[in-house]
Amino acid sequence: MNLDANIPSGPLEQKWDKHRFDLKLINPANKRKFKVLVVGSGLAGGSAASTLAELGYEVDCFCFQDSPRRAHSIAAQGGINAAKNYPNDGDSVFRLFYDTIKGGDFRSREANVYRLAQVSASIIDQCVAQGVPFAREYGGYLANRSFGGAQVSRTFYARGQTGQQLLLGCYAALSRQIGLGKVRMFPRTELLDIVVVDGQARGIVTRNLVSGKVEPHVADAVVLATGGYSTVFFLSTNAMACNVTATYRAHRKGAAFANPCYTQIHPTCIPVSGDYQSKLTLMSESLRNDGRIWVPSKNGDQRTANQIAENERDYYLERKYPSFGNLAPRDIASRSAKEACDAGRGVGESGQGVYLDFKDAIGRLGEDTIRQRYGNLFHMYEKITGDNPYQVPMRIYPAPHYTMGGLWVDYNLMSSLPGLFVIGEANFSDHGANRLGASALMQGLADGYFVLPYTIGNYLASAKLGSVSGSSSEFTGATKGVEDQTKKLLSINGKRSPDSIHKELGRIMWEKCGMGRTEAGLKEALKIIPALREEFWNNVSVLGTGSELNIMLEKAGRLADFLEFAELMCRDALERNESCGGHFREDHQTDEGEAKRNDDDYSHVSAWEYKGPDKNPILHKEPLVFDNVKLATRSYK
Amino acid sequence: MNLNLRVWRQSNATDPGKLVDYPAPDISEHMSFLEMLDVVNERLIVKDEQPIAFDHDCREGICGMCSLMINGIAHGPEKGTTVCQLHMRHFKDGDTLVIEPWRARAFPVVRDLVVDRSSFDRIMQVGGFVSANTGNAPDGNAIPISKVEADLAMDAAACIGCGACVASCKNASAMLFVGAKVSQFLHLPQGHPERKSRASNMVAAMDHEGFGNCTNQYECEAVCPKEISVSVISELNREYTRATLTSGSD
Repeated sequence: MNLDANIPSGPLEQKWDKHRFDLKLINPANKRKFKVLVVGSGLAGGSAASTLAELGYEVDCFCFQDSPRRAHSIAAQGGINAAKNYPNDGDSVFRLFYDTIKGGDFRSREANVYRLAQVSASIIDQCVAQGVPFAREYGGYLANRSFGGAQVSRTFYARGQTGQQLLLGCYAALSRQIGLGKVRMFPRTELLDIVVVDGQARGIVTRNLVSGKVEPHVADAVVLATGGYSTVFFLSTNAMACNVTATYRAHRKGAAFANPCYTQIHPTCIPVSGDYQSKLTLMSESLRNDGRIWVPSKNGDQRTANQIAENERDYYLERKYPSFGNLAPRDIASRSAKEACDAGRGVGESGQGVYLDFKDAIGRLGEDTIRQRYGNLFHMYEKITGDNPYQVPMRIYPAPHYTMGGLWVDYNLMSSLPGLFVIGEANFSDHGANRLGASALMQGLADGYFVLPYTIGNYLASAKLGSVSGSSSEFTGATKGVEDQTKKLLSINGKRSPDSIHKELGRIMWEKCGMGRTEAGLKEALKIIPALREEFWNNVSVLGTGSELNIMLEKAGRLADFLEFAELMCRDALERNESCGGHFREDHQTDEGEAKRNDDDYSHVSAWEYKGPDKNPILHKEPLVFDNVKLATRSYK
Repeated sequence: MNLNLRVWRQSNATDPGKLVDYPAPDISEHMSFLEMLDVVNERLIVKDEQPIAFDHDCREGICGMCSLMINGIAHGPEKGTTVCQLHMRHFKDGDTLVIEPWRARAFPVVRDLVVDRSSFDRIMQVGGFVSANTGNAPDGNAIPISKVEADLAMDAAACIGCGACVASCKNASAMLFVGAKVSQFLHLPQGHPERKSRASNMVAAMDHEGFGNCTNQYECEAVCPKEISVSVISELNREYTRATLTSGSD
């Protein structure tokens, strides 16, 4: 397997410029002769599809929702980072680069991250031009705030709905191209396989979720922008239908899967309230700018928050990390919450919660200011919990939120399968072992607006692309494979709903491959997941037919892939015998309980190659080379 | 609590459909409305009955996918709330809940409670944008915008495209939806070069899709989960008038 990252030579700050000059171009009149399929319509997919169409390529775009405007990027609340340095507080491209590398616990590629920081400023300009209503100061200029893990204010925002506004900007650009006939949009259409011809990705097979029709689509290149896999845990902050199917099916067709064990558990979510729970709701971590996190100092303290005196409270983040305090990075904040709850100091009925308290901020700034900053979040919290956070502290607990792992890509964002590009959360590229707040939106849009449109042209200009037809054996074979799986799922006639099995998988993953991982636990997971998979294939119930809108069939198909993928995740977590970022191996921690990296043995990307349904995948290692930053123990103290 | 559900079941677009009764015992007040439906569906599956199809995705009130009429009110009785954020504590033991899909000619039923809202997308495709190709942009701070105007643009931009406004309107008018987009770009200088074509094209598309006109009863504002004000409809009317009665194109 070729895992050459194709990083350009030369000094870090000149690599992208040099690379852009070296990339082959396609003349404007010829671009329309190339067809590109973009799967997914979130920030990465929507921006890529619209930009490629603007450049003149023929583009088909697919999403499983009823409209491209509903992709889950829409739910991002807090903001988007950019190295504009408008607040004059010491930010720079290099600082954003450094913070991202350090925040990712030194497990990402220097060249990719530097490029991300370089293009970040153009993203803000582009979004403003589209009419994204970013927050403004009274002078009319753009407002900034600080965000988890950063000491400068580089985060741009649109109230607590930044993801929505950026996505609607991107959806507007995409809609314009659809209206102009430059993009064909396929809503309620799900990718079920990737088609490889002569070693190149040349198309996909989809199922129309309304009619059930299975169809091949032929193209010159395929772009996956299908998001992350946090719903492997069942309960997560992701939308209900988020899934791993597109990336996992690509993995089975030859794309290496990188660092699947790197998952981010977000520190500020509303705690679980019961078995019926379907998802966990994130409270933007911008709340940590003004909220103070604490638990009672005494174990098992049953008093209400307001009855506990100041000197009986443990503001544990401020105590442990005095310089970052409540703004410590997500992995650290999450783990500290777990530690407090595991020690018996958790709050709420389940004991799985900590307080996020605004009393001091309200005292200092007044309720009106707090309402202006966080009004919609407080409102949402009250709707869900029935508690008023202006009067009692919020209760929060960590929840699966984002996956740094994803399909392996090179500097051009191309996977190990030629012709298959992967962008946004679906790839592994920029966040290492932990993502900083407000960086997901930045990466999705960087990939789609400013990176992929250049690099894909180079591939199309230089690859030898033979003529391919949808009736070739590769396409008919893949189509039949999809139809056979549908038939198989419909014929099991078992007793268990897809959701009940998914919840069971989620519990296994949360306990064994969640915030804290151990060798023994992961080994156990690797025994019970195959058993659960067998239970699924023998006892799942999928009613109805394949030729109609069938929600059970959709869920079962996605779950089938999760049941294989979960094993890969645990295998990766077991193999990575160190702690780094969101991957915390309890057997590798410092005396103070911090993640203990092992740079000598694990300063690499773990890229897994699929070898067949009952065979172990093969691990390939891409070494990470740091020429511009010094590897250090992350310290936020 | 124990509830009685009367749910619209319709197996496909051509099936006439009907209301079917389902008892829903032992519902926790902490469940969201959609979690209550999940529980009902799990119980149906155990009996080998097809679960009720409904649209949903983010379950945090922002994707705009969920779309239920509960006892005749779009998104149910709580103001400013999508149905995924509506919790069962707002209902009483013994309540009968009639659950129907959005009803409008421009939103044909796909199955059960799922409707086709692609007409909204088609309206956006003729004018719901600023024509700014990637790479065209000047520096973000080169376009100062007063905080007041930016906030008004944001108020309108909060629309999630769920279609509750249409579902609750006796004319099935989409003017709150279209007005929200027109208002957003009216309050931002970036929107001004295409003011006229935007207003006239979007209104033409809205009419073409079969949405009705506004007769000022404000049902739309009452059910809008993002509480978008009907003032955007006045702005749309003004913009449309300006586009059609003044000379010249954009």
